[in-house]
Parts: sequence; C-alpha cells; structure tokens
Amino acid sequence: MPSKKKDLAKGRTAFWNDPEKRSMLYQIIMLVILIICGAYIISNTLHNLDSRGIKTGFDFLWSEAGFGINQSLIEYDESHSYGRTFFVGLLNTILVASLGILLATILGFTIGIARLSNNWLIAKISAVYIETFRNIPLLLQIFFWYFAVLRPLPRPKQSIELFDVFFLNNRGLAMPAPNILEGFGWVLLVFALSLIVVIGVKRWAKNRQDTTGKGFPIISVSLAIMLGLPALTYLFVGSPIDWEVPTLRGFNYRGGITVIPELLALLLALSVYTAAFIAEIVRSGILSINKGQTEASFALGLSRPKMLKLVIIPQAMRVIIPPLTSQFLNLVKNSSLATAIGYPDLVSVFAGTTLNQTGQAIEVIAMTMAVYLTLSLLISLFMNWYNKRIALVER
Amino acid sequence: MIQSDKKLPDLPPPRRSDGAFGWIRANLFSSVTNTLLTLLAVYLLYIGLVPLIQWAFIDASWVGETRDDCAVGGACWVFIKTRLNQFVYGFYPEELYWRVNWVFILFGVLITLLIAEKTPYKKWIVIFTLTVFPIITFYLVYGGAFGLEVVETHKWGGLMLTLILAVVGIVAALPFGILLALGRRSTMPVIKTFCTLFIEIWRGVPLITVLFMASVMLPLFIPEEIVFDKLVRALIGIVMFQSAYMAEVVRGGLQAIPKGQYEAASALGLSYWKMMGLIILPQALKLMIPGIVNTFIALFKDTSLVLVIGLLDLLAIVQAGLADAKWAGYSVEGYVFVGLVFWVFCFGMSRYSQALEKKLDTGHKS
Repeated sequence: MPSKKKDLAKGRTAFWNDPEKRSMLYQIIMLVILIICGAYIISNTLHNLDSRGIKTGFDFLWSEAGFGINQSLIEYDESHSYGRTFFVGLLNTILVASLGILLATILGFTIGIARLSNNWLIAKISAVYIETFRNIPLLLQIFFWYFAVLRPLPRPKQSIELFDVFFLNNRGLAMPAPNILEGFGWVLLVFALSLIVVIGVKRWAKNRQDTTGKGFPIISVSLAIMLGLPALTYLFVGSPIDWEVPTLRGFNYRGGITVIPELLALLLALSVYTAAFIAEIVRSGILSINKGQTEASFALGLSRPKMLKLVIIPQAMRVIIPPLTSQFLNLVKNSSLATAIGYPDLVSVFAGTTLNQTGQAIEVIAMTMAVYLTLSLLISLFMNWYNKRIALVER
Repeated sequence: MIQSDKKLPDLPPPRRSDGAFGWIRANLFSSVTNTLLTLLAVYLLYIGLVPLIQWAFIDASWVGETRDDCAVGGACWVFIKTRLNQFVYGFYPEELYWRVNWVFILFGVLITLLIAEKTPYKKWIVIFTLTVFPIITFYLVYGGAFGLEVVETHKWGGLMLTLILAVVGIVAALPFGILLALGRRSTMPVIKTFCTLFIEIWRGVPLITVLFMASVMLPLFIPEEIVFDKLVRALIGIVMFQSAYMAEVVRGGLQAIPKGQYEAASALGLSYWKMMGLIILPQALKLMIPGIVNTFIALFKDTSLVLVIGLLDLLAIVQAGLADAKWAGYSVEGYVFVGLVFWVFCFGMSRYSQALEKKLDTGHKS
C-alpha cells in the first residue's frame, strides 16, 4: 500500500504550497514579464526610429566624421571616420584615468599618512584637506580649476615660466618633448640587462636571509643598479635624447608637448578629489592594525621605518585594497565629467558630438556603456588578483 | 662596586610635559623633522591664508547693486547677494516663493524630528515623511490642485531643484533597492541573475551616461504619444542608478543580521515576506542608516551633473549667471558660494552618519 500513501500525501499539498514548484512559477512569471517588457520596448524603439528616419546598425561607424578634436593620441583629422572618433575618445579617457589614478594614489597616501602624523599642525591640515575636498561636488571642482584658475591665465606672450622650460598660459602647459636619437637602443638594452641582474640579486638576498638571517639593503642596491647603469650608458653613448624646448613663435608656443588646459583641469580636480577619499581609506587601514602589532615590533627591537615596512603596511594593505579599488573605479567613471569642460574623452567626443551628428543614440550609448563596464571589470579583476595575492594565508 | 657616602647633587627636575609649553613641545617640536615640518606648514599657511582672508573679508564688497559697487582686488559678494533668489528658487515666480518656503520649513521640521533621539511616535513620522510629505510637496511646488497655480518644471531651479532631485532620488530608490537586494540574495536563479545583472550594470557605468541615456534613449523606448518632462526623465535615470547603489547598502545590512534570526523566523512558521517584513528588515534598516546617509551624500553631490542635460540646478544656475556679461569675471565668488552650500550640507550629513555609526557600534561583531 505504499503507493496509496504517497498519493494521499501528494493530494494534501496543493502545488502552490510546494516551495519548489512555487519558486518555478515565480521564475516563469518573472521571465514572462521581462520578455513582454523587452518586446514592448523593442517594438516601440523600432517604430520610433522608423518614424524619425534613423537606420539602426553600425554602418555609421565607417562614414566620415567631419569634425575636429583638439587632443588625439592617434592620428586624426576631419576626414577620418566616426569609428575612429571612438578610439580617439577611448584613448583620451584612458590617458586621463591612468594619470589621475597615479596622482591620486600618491597624493592620497601622502595625506593619509600625514593625517596620522604626531605633528599636530600637519595632522590638522590634512584633516581640513580631506573634509574640504570630499564634501564639494567634483563637477564644481572641475569648473573651478578650468574656469576660475586656468582660463584666466595670461596669454602665451606673458606666460608663467618655470625653469625656462615649462610655460603655463591660457592655452595650456607647454613643456619640453624628448626626441630620441640614435644610440638610445643601447640604454634600453642596458636597462633590460640591469633588470635581470636585480632579479638575480633579489633571489640571492632572499636566499641568504632565509638561510643565515642576514639582511641585505635590497632596495637601495637595486635602485643603484637599475638607474645607475643605464645612466652611465646614456652618458657613454653621448646623451641620445634631445630635449625639444617649446619656443614662443607668433602668438603661441611651438615645439615640445602642450598639455591642453582641459586635461590639466580635469586631472587636477580628479586627483585632488579622489585623493581625499584615498587618504581616509589609508588612515582607517593603518588604524585598523591592532596596537599589539606595533608594541610587539618595538619589543623585537625593530626601528620605526622597519616596523612600518615589515609589519604595519603589509597588514594595512589588506584592509586598504578593496575600498581603494572602488575609488579607482570611481575615478575612471568620474573622468566622464570631462564632457562638461570639453576635454575630448569618450563621453564628450563619442556620446556627445558623434551622437548628435548621427542620431544613432542606441548604438552610441550602448558602446559607451560597454566600454565603462569593461574598464570597471578589468580594474576589479586586477585588484581582486592582487588582493588574493596579499591576502592572509591561514595556517 | 665602589661605594661612597657622599651625597650626589640633585638631578634637575624633568621637563614639564603639561601646560601650553609642554603641549607645543610634544605636538609641534618633538624632533628635528617635526620642527622643520611645523615651520614649513606655518609658512605655507601664512602665504595661503593671509591673502585669502584679505580677499574674502577685508577687501571684499558686501553692499551695492551692480558690479560698479565692487572694489578691485577683493571678493564681490554683491554678485551673490543680488542673485541669491535665483540661486535658491531658479526661475520660480517670485510671488509664489511662499509655496517653496513652506516645503523647506516642513522638510526642516521633519528632519529635525527624525534626527532628535527622543521624539515620540517616530515610526509615524517616518511613514508621514515617506508617504504624505512627498504628496504635499508635489502639490505645493507644482500646483494644479486646491486652487494652486501650476508652475512648469522648466521654471524650477537652483538649490530647490538640487534638493528635489536628491531627496526624490533617494526616497524612490529605497523600495527598489530593497527589492533588488532581496532578489540578489534569493535562491531562485532567474531572479538572482536578473537582480545581480541589473545592479552590476548600473554600478559599472558613470551617472553621466545614465543621464544621457535617460534624456536621449528613454523617449525612444516609449510610445510617441507619451512625452516625458525633462525633469521626470532625469529622475528616472537617477532612480535607476541610485537603486543599484541602494541595493548594495541594503545587502550589507541584510548580511549583518545573524543567521539565527532567519532560522528562528522560519522555525516559527513565518512566510518569506512576513519573515522579512517583521523580523529581518526592521533590524537591518536600522543598521543601514549610515550607509543610506553616505549614498545620499554621494547622490547630493552628483545631482550637479544634471547640468549636462540642461537642467538648472544650483551649480548650473550659478554657471549660467557667470555667463551674464554684467557679472563676467566673478567666477571665483560664484564657485566659492556653491562650494560652501554643498559643503555645509555634505559635512553636516557625514558628521551625522559618523555619530550614528558610533552609536550603532556595539563593540562586538557577529
């Protein structure tokens, strides 16, 4: 009779009281709603595009753009295609984001450590810096640097000079550009060789420390090898870099590299703003280390720098890395504010001018969003890998 | 050991470590490096602060009507003073300012009641703030009922618009955020995938592209007959974006609730929604308040981005004022004013959330 019993049990539970079937039902309802919404949106979109006479598809990427861009890392002029404007914008975004991450990290770590200084004045100045800059909108800071600081600078003729090679004016910052001459290959070769030597020295030093316990000043020695040898070669082959100093010709500086004021303003604002957040992360990371660790390392007779390097920082980094990653991601996303002052980044060039000229809203916005999603994903993958590498290995 | 019965001379007393001198020695001149740092900092402060104070207060012009009343070399606060109404209300009709003022007053009273610790009937005030207050605000600011004249949204602007965008954004994002967070923790694969994708996509793109999308793509998604207001489109974008961030805050709060609470609720035979509504969310929401305040601060600062789609929030309206030839060249004053307003709001809120965090921190983590 077991089959009858089973039937009875089955009969007593209605199918909506069975959690598994119920969850199936919910999911099916959800899918149906999603499909209906999607179909509704797609049909509306197709209808709307049709009535506006816009053709969907990515054909527009190959037609001539016909507008100029004031900063491009690859060759570009009006005759190039819309597709190329995408890459110009993308490279400009990557340029400002990577420079910004570098500057913000340096500034943020400095201020975060200064915030913990036992010098009262330094600690307070850092606190004021942090509280001021992180509570003011980034867009306002960009506007401030651009419209209130860089634009009212004097014209090229009355430039502010620094060491006679940097010239700051309302057209941007003109600085010397390196011209690589014959023989520079030797310097690169020696540099590569010295890298190999340094890796060897490092292995040997680690081995020695593991077996005999004797330390070796690895950082200063590697720096000496890595910088000293190429520098000697550089002098030996007769200084194969020619610095092209910008000179005033007519109304503007010619030669050298000119950093446009838009890039300068964006870079300043992004790094000053993000540095305030990074400083707080660094501070809380260092403070999160148990006081016993400091006391134990003093008890072992470590000097203060050694304690920081060997005990505090390696542990603090574990706390610092995850929020630092999200700050880097924020910086990349925030670099899209460039469009407000006309720095030719992806959003400004591609989702701005190209979108307005072609009207291909869906394709352009989708491509732009895909780029940011990919960049975000890449940065978080890298940081996750790094985080895993330094994570606590429990034994 | 050599012994002697001669009395050794008294040692000098230790240096004082208390009092003003002791404090200065310990905190500013404890070592050579510290002394150098202090001197450098004092010098930098001197060359930075003295001209700033000179510019902002001593040489500044406070009274007058036009730019001719401003002294050369000092700040021209006349610009801010003459434009102040516009910076607060945008192009809202002057005779109807009282309507906005009432909303401001009501909002201020509600916030004070909510922040104060010993307010009675706090639960009802929260419900009032989240349900009735938005309706009152809508009819007061927009009009269209009770004999109130309609004020089109394109006349809204300034601080008022900034506050509306931020508050509506956060309040509307909260329910969506809760649903998304619950969905992300759900065991049903379809719902979980959908919620995770939704959250991660919005969190991965900048707000500016979301705003572009809301203003350019949204009209394509809906039938031609329906025309959305520019403000409504921006709000849809902001709410979508914000609910993804809110979902992560809610998820953090949910994760902080010990597993025993879920198990106990299930053991009592509560259904999923009863368990969430009666046991988990009331506990989790309290833990989430600092996180919600922090996202609110971020959103409050980010509302300034609506400038790129042509809405006139506080920053945009000051920027527009600077383009006026009558006041050209006073950009620093304008930016300092906007910065100060944002700073006061954000700093106040961040202090509040820090205090809350300290209060909620029981010292033991489960």
